[in-house]
Amino acid sequence: MSTATVETTKSWGGGKSPFNVEYGKLMMWYFLMSDAFTFGAFLISYGTIRFSTNGWPDPNVVFKSFPFAPEGVNAPLVFVSVMTFILIVSSVTMVLAVKAGQEMDKKSVVKYMIWTIIGGIAFLSCQAWEWSHLHHEGAWWGRNPFLNADGTASSTNFTNYFFTITGFHGFHVFSGVVINIIMLIMTLMDKFEQRGHYLMIEKAGLYWHFVDLVWVFVFTCFYLV
Amino acid sequence: MSHTAHHEENHGTGEIKKVTIILSVLTIVELILGFWMIDITSEALRLAIKGTIIILMMAKAFYIVAYFMHLKHELKNLIMTIVVPLGLMVWFIIAFLYDGNSFRNLRNTYDPYFKERSTIKVEKKAEGHGGGHEAGAAHAAADTTAHAKDTSVVENKH
Repeated sequence: MSTATVETTKSWGGGKSPFNVEYGKLMMWYFLMSDAFTFGAFLISYGTIRFSTNGWPDPNVVFKSFPFAPEGVNAPLVFVSVMTFILIVSSVTMVLAVKAGQEMDKKSVVKYMIWTIIGGIAFLSCQAWEWSHLHHEGAWWGRNPFLNADGTASSTNFTNYFFTITGFHGFHVFSGVVINIIMLIMTLMDKFEQRGHYLMIEKAGLYWHFVDLVWVFVFTCFYLV
Repeated sequence: MSHTAHHEENHGTGEIKKVTIILSVLTIVELILGFWMIDITSEALRLAIKGTIIILMMAKAFYIVAYFMHLKHELKNLIMTIVVPLGLMVWFIIAFLYDGNSFRNLRNTYDPYFKERSTIKVEKKAEGHGGGHEAGAAHAAADTTAHAKDTSVVENKH
């Protein structure tokens, strides 16, 4: 009977949740959806500008370097492939951490969270190297030393979009690493054992996979096509 | 049965392994296509490869969202809440890229300066370490080096 009165007084009168997920997880999905719109707007803006100009730099010429390789090495796509695989692997270890959490296996959660954090830091290090390398070559916001693929002069649109979008993604990776470190500390402090569930790990996992998902698009739009 | 909501989420390690392999294979195929594209000059073939890469990208996105983010195993209500608004992006993309392309065509037709500038090749010397490097934008590289030459010639004459 009490449920009947609740149904009439509270705004949510549907009884059972239509989504069958925890509140925080649903809100994480909504946040990720808004974030997807932000990244989508960035990438669509990039695409529009690229479609509205006659020439564009060739990514295989711009991104052809590798750390510790001799100067002037021609290795297009190699370094970015390494970065992509680092992020995929850290996504996999995150799934394994989520799965371990569902099985209430604290030891495995700690192990896989550490691997995920290492993957995130490795990715950020790669990106830091790439940015500083490009900066040394003279590329930055408002500066573009690269010519278009057809040898004509290019505009600064290329570098502006590259640094803005990869920077925004890198910031997401950084926040993801911070969130994962907090989750690791909370696991080590037995917070989730006390609560009786590891749902926080699942939410952090959603965010981390989203970061990987965005990289799939950024990687394709800037380095491949 | 009431506790299955949690147990259904317990997809096995097999599924994780399978999706990891699929993602790796898709990435490797993308990279092979990318390497292959470097030496291809035919515009039509390049466009076809780029299209294939984008299809592979969408497949990767599907596997990450469906299995790693677990959306495939959620209730249909949740799937629709997330996927339908994001589906509007398809229209967003088509509209904006079409608009960008149309803008380029209009400028090429009615702005001779824009058209001409995008056909002038920059001299090889200006590439990389020319004066344009320090000045910043390479689009200024052609102009600045040309100016630099003019002024230096003038100075020599004086």
